[in-house]
Amino acid sequence: MRDVRAARREFGLGALGVLLAFGVCEAVSRAGIVRRSYLPPASEVLARAAELAGDAAFLDGIGATLRAWALGLGLACVIAVPLGLLLGSVPLVDSAVRAIVEFLRPLPSVALIPLVSLLLGSGSGTEVALIAYACVWPILFNTVYGLGETDPLAKETLRAFGFGRLAVLLRVELPGTAPFIAAGIRISAAVALILAVATELLAGFGEGLGIFIAQAGLATDGTRDVLAGVVWAGALGLVVNGVLVWGERRLFPWTPEHRGADGGGARR
Amino acid sequence: MLDLSAVGQYYGDHQVLHDITLTVPDGQLLCVVGPSGCGKSTLLRTIAGLLPAREGTVTIDDTPVTGVPDRLAVVFQDYGRSLLPWLTVRDNVALPLRRRGLGRAERRTEADRILDRVGLSGTARRHPWQLSGGMQQRVAIARALVCRPTLLLMDEPFGSLDAQTREDLEDLLLEVHRTDGTTIVFVTHDIDESVYVGDRVVVLTPGPASKIALDLPVRLPGERDQIATRGLPEFVALRAQVGRAVRGQFR
Repeated sequence: MRDVRAARREFGLGALGVLLAFGVCEAVSRAGIVRRSYLPPASEVLARAAELAGDAAFLDGIGATLRAWALGLGLACVIAVPLGLLLGSVPLVDSAVRAIVEFLRPLPSVALIPLVSLLLGSGSGTEVALIAYACVWPILFNTVYGLGETDPLAKETLRAFGFGRLAVLLRVELPGTAPFIAAGIRISAAVALILAVATELLAGFGEGLGIFIAQAGLATDGTRDVLAGVVWAGALGLVVNGVLVWGERRLFPWTPEHRGADGGGARR
Repeated sequence: MLDLSAVGQYYGDHQVLHDITLTVPDGQLLCVVGPSGCGKSTLLRTIAGLLPAREGTVTIDDTPVTGVPDRLAVVFQDYGRSLLPWLTVRDNVALPLRRRGLGRAERRTEADRILDRVGLSGTARRHPWQLSGGMQQRVAIARALVCRPTLLLMDEPFGSLDAQTREDLEDLLLEVHRTDGTTIVFVTHDIDESVYVGDRVVVLTPGPASKIALDLPVRLPGERDQIATRGLPEFVALRAQVGRAVRGQFR
């Protein structure tokens, strides 16, 4: 019962925060503190964002952005999960690759946009490649970290029952690491959205949410469209995150942070 | 028959076990007692083939233990970490059967049979973390028994349970031992428990380089009973003997 009340309270506070921010934006613009063409009232921006939901060309752009997002994120998973499992379970490979990884990781992927555009052209190839590059890191590190967190006693138990190394990897380490991998994917999903929009913004032509924002920014009085596009980007991020959090709770009810939530009953 | 001959074990340069020589006949329930940190768990891991003996040899039925022996089962103290939380109780129990090449239906039947035996019928579809500690340890025991082991190793299995649950599980273990005749090596730091459960009690000296301080057969009259047995003069005398050995007062 207390959980429900706490959740309701949290939701209420969140809604209050949103309303407050909305009100401030609206007031600042309406009162003429900032010029209307720089910052249109929040209600106008929201109305425009809603209107865009009926705009076929705009929706095609959203579709293109989401396609690149999904492709890049998927590619990152395919690369990062096996690589992470390898790094996490074979110390020799880990030592060999560690230096390269530590060199590549801090490179800001947004800074790579011009370089990759030069190599792959400014199409969706560049976009997907950059998304995949940026998304590999959270997934890779979470996989390696998760493997390290696998309980040695669980592994020892399986070994004592005669299971070999591969069986221990598949039956203990992989399922035990799955929640960490999922968390890595959730972090990467947000990163992927940033990269998708950023690449499109810099490329400046083609189709996608970033293109829409870039072109709106060039038009006179385009601020309203720019902001409406930003609202869409934010909403997409929110939805993606919500879906992934929900999925994690469904898939991994055993993790300590989920145990209470789904009515596990007595724990001790 | 389990045979340890002059077994020595180290962690790095630090000697944990020294010159452990021990023969456990088939069907015996041997309790290993000692103060914490005396290498009891290390001894168990050595017998299980999880930790190769640095000195001496371990043999089972005259075959040297090099890897994990066949038909071995282990129960650890920390059931919460030893059971797999993503599997149901039934799947946890059926897990060792996967190595025996049994089909899905057979595994299920076997698991349910053994769950019934340890008093857990009706929990098969729940998850371990939804059960109480005592029930979780029953799941771990069921998992150990499911492949009909000839050698069962238990590392302080009841150490983290409350007194009542602990007594129930001690009696469950005795019943299993009586019916199946499994050889059991039972590590505990509880002196009373070792005398109550064991056919024989071996006391290790405090570390480093623990040796066998006392090797004592437990001959108690009649069937064991939590109240009656613990009140017997023989029980009290044995307990005192083991207690003195654990405290290092040898004679």
